[in-house]
Amino acid sequence: MQEIKILTAGDSSLLIEFGNEISTEINQKITATVQLMKEQHIEGVVDIIPAFCSLLINYDPRVISYDELKDRMKALVKVDVKAEAGTKRVFEIPVCYGGEYGPDIENIAEHAGISVEEVIEIHSSRDYLIYMLGFLPGFTYLGGLDEKIHTPRLANPRVKINAGSVGIGGSQTGIYPLDSPGGWQLMGMTPVKTYDPEREVPILVEAGDYIRFVPVSEEEYLRIKDLVEKGEYKVVVREGEV
Amino acid sequence: MGIRILKGGMMTTVQDLGRTGYQSQGFSVAGVMDVRSFKIANLLLDNPENEAVLEFTLIGPTLEFTSATIIAITGGDFQPTINGEPAPMYTAIYMNKGDILKFGSARTGSRGYIAFSSYLDIPVVMGSRCTNMKSKIGGFKGRKLQAGDYMNFRIKRRYLPFFLSRKLEPDNFDQDSTTLRVVMGPQDSKFSKQGIETFLTSEYTVTSEFDRMGCRLDGAFIAPKESSDIISDGIAFGSIQVPAHGKPIILLADRQTTGGYAKIATVASVDIPKIVQRKTDHKIRFEAITVQEAQELYLKEQKELDKMRKIIHKPCKEVLDCRLVAKRLTKLFEE
Repeated sequence: MQEIKILTAGDSSLLIEFGNEISTEINQKITATVQLMKEQHIEGVVDIIPAFCSLLINYDPRVISYDELKDRMKALVKVDVKAEAGTKRVFEIPVCYGGEYGPDIENIAEHAGISVEEVIEIHSSRDYLIYMLGFLPGFTYLGGLDEKIHTPRLANPRVKINAGSVGIGGSQTGIYPLDSPGGWQLMGMTPVKTYDPEREVPILVEAGDYIRFVPVSEEEYLRIKDLVEKGEYKVVVREGEV
Repeated sequence: MGIRILKGGMMTTVQDLGRTGYQSQGFSVAGVMDVRSFKIANLLLDNPENEAVLEFTLIGPTLEFTSATIIAITGGDFQPTINGEPAPMYTAIYMNKGDILKFGSARTGSRGYIAFSSYLDIPVVMGSRCTNMKSKIGGFKGRKLQAGDYMNFRIKRRYLPFFLSRKLEPDNFDQDSTTLRVVMGPQDSKFSKQGIETFLTSEYTVTSEFDRMGCRLDGAFIAPKESSDIISDGIAFGSIQVPAHGKPIILLADRQTTGGYAKIATVASVDIPKIVQRKTDHKIRFEAITVQEAQELYLKEQKELDKMRKIIHKPCKEVLDCRLVAKRLTKLFEE
């Protein structure tokens, strides 16, 4: 583990840098620190933003000063926490690949020099760690996409990408939680709403969880979509080994 | 019983201190741009510190009151009138049923606020009533207000003690240049010594790319050491990011939660109102202070607000004079 730095981000925020690279080890340390902070409930902390290799803490300087919080966090990050071995939550996200659901899947296949079937096979055969959420509500930054299917973004970004679209942008893959402009290569769609403001828990997943894409037929996609609309669909969450 | 929007103005939204606690899921905080003007508006009416208000930008709205209430107007001077007569700012004003409150364009500043003693009946979504336009949640249907929109009040509250004392000296927004005090970091180390020097000694100009998300400035190129790209991390209110083009962008209330550009410094909380109240072509300079100094300024402002709260809870001269006369009269009768 690299040296942990505590940096100022104005008078009401503080940034902890756990390193300067995207790695599972660093990310797990952050997830563990967030967990510890929740358990210890530090008075004055208003919000936290865990990212790939850093943690931004917003606080109220009327309650806790920079110097106090810095000391508190210095002690806290020293605690040697290990993610509980053998436990991870894996959210199974059904995806209808190709066709009108994934208009760019052939680009991806062509770029990789393999067939569309192989693209689907590769994309849906591993669990992706959610490093962080950001950019849009529920937008997941996933790690671990197989290098074979890394594909550059579109030269001309789309003005509108529908919520539920699954795509690849460079070395990243993910799901669009909202209709949004974007430049990712679209490979499929999920009927599951990763963000639903009407739902009791609007965002399905948390940083530290995993996502597994599960290929489904168009009939299955439509069947699940119908259940989702009725509020009767429950996403399969599997306990997996880390 | 509430208010009807006759004209929406340029950008009028329901706001409070923002939706905190959900940034880790990608939700922007949103909330008011000018926290000081917001707090003073609520304070004038003894409202809770975080009660929802209307925030308007550059061109204000026109409202019709369908029931009586008390309001306070703060922020830039949008030349408010009630039924055509000039209305005082930074003062508790009694509004009758049928009154029309009209704002013009901003003569000074660029953002204005109205607080209501009867509280806007806006549902709380994830802990806040503020409008997040990007996620289309909170506020009035997750969007800015337009003609025909109608909002109820939550309570009847048409009496406030010390009513005549409820006026404060308005803040002055009549400047076209300002110096923002900043705390350096978190990524000032990504910039060359010369880059930092440029940032702290040059005059920057507010461009027209200035909205609730951020304010782009134009001016001297701030040189990075190598690259100003970083691995995406969290963004604070008032963060100043400098992308490859070398011009600072100050990130404001509707900022996205995370970003991949180095942040050279962060504007001190007490100085954020100074930038959000500026207009295109206004001039900005930066001055570095320590985080401890910035926190002292913040606490000092809280004390100033506490003092304001005391001022508006003292009997005013008009009332004291009457009391004095009454005392003298009593004395006369006793003799």
